[in-house]
Amino acid sequence: MQRTSIKITSEKLNLQECYSFVEDDSCGGISVFVGTVRNDTQGKEVKQLDFSTYKPMAIKEMQKIANLALEKFDIKKIAIHHAEGMLQIRDVPVIITVSSKHRKAAFEACEFAIDTLKQTVPIWKKEYFSDGEVWVNAHP
Amino acid sequence: MKIKTLFFGITTDLIGASQLDIDINEKTSIKDFKEVLKKVYSQLENIDSYAIAVNEEYATDATVLNERDVVAVIPPVSGG
Repeated sequence: MQRTSIKITSEKLNLQECYSFVEDDSCGGISVFVGTVRNDTQGKEVKQLDFSTYKPMAIKEMQKIANLALEKFDIKKIAIHHAEGMLQIRDVPVIITVSSKHRKAAFEACEFAIDTLKQTVPIWKKEYFSDGEVWVNAHP
Repeated sequence: MKIKTLFFGITTDLIGASQLDIDINEKTSIKDFKEVLKKVYSQLENIDSYAIAVNEEYATDATVLNERDVVAVIPPVSGG
């Protein structure tokens, strides 16, 4: 039984696909995190975001996170899907779904997965404003 | 020897290329490789920090490069 689903795509992410993947008869809950493109950064209006990836390594790092989540938490299945390319406000760059017998593990694993993804997975976003563009996090 | 080096995120813009062959001595460590980068591409000083990956895995300063390794310069990530 496949317990992890990892994907990077330039197509629109599919929430139903992520949900269906983690469904399981033995589970009492499914937690879902959906990242969305916000329309401002520190008071400045964002027009769109461009996500670029080091795809083969990013897939590997996402797989590591999923495997680690299965080790650390009492969960059944986990899906981590990320988009690449140009996204508009309200578009969805990332979806994480986790199923578990009891809800706490699903919540914790979901938070762990998105927090770790933001630290380790080689994906970068460039924010486009009306007067220019900026690589996010490049100057911490 | 020449090492295939990939650039991502802001480093692509700073270097003006997404891929270069960089000339290094045999048995160069990542620590030394970063020194070479700094010397040849001083514009990288415009970012505070970056990681290095070798063959799609994060490397430490002590990692030693071999011919045919693929190096990637990984500026601070911002996925999600």
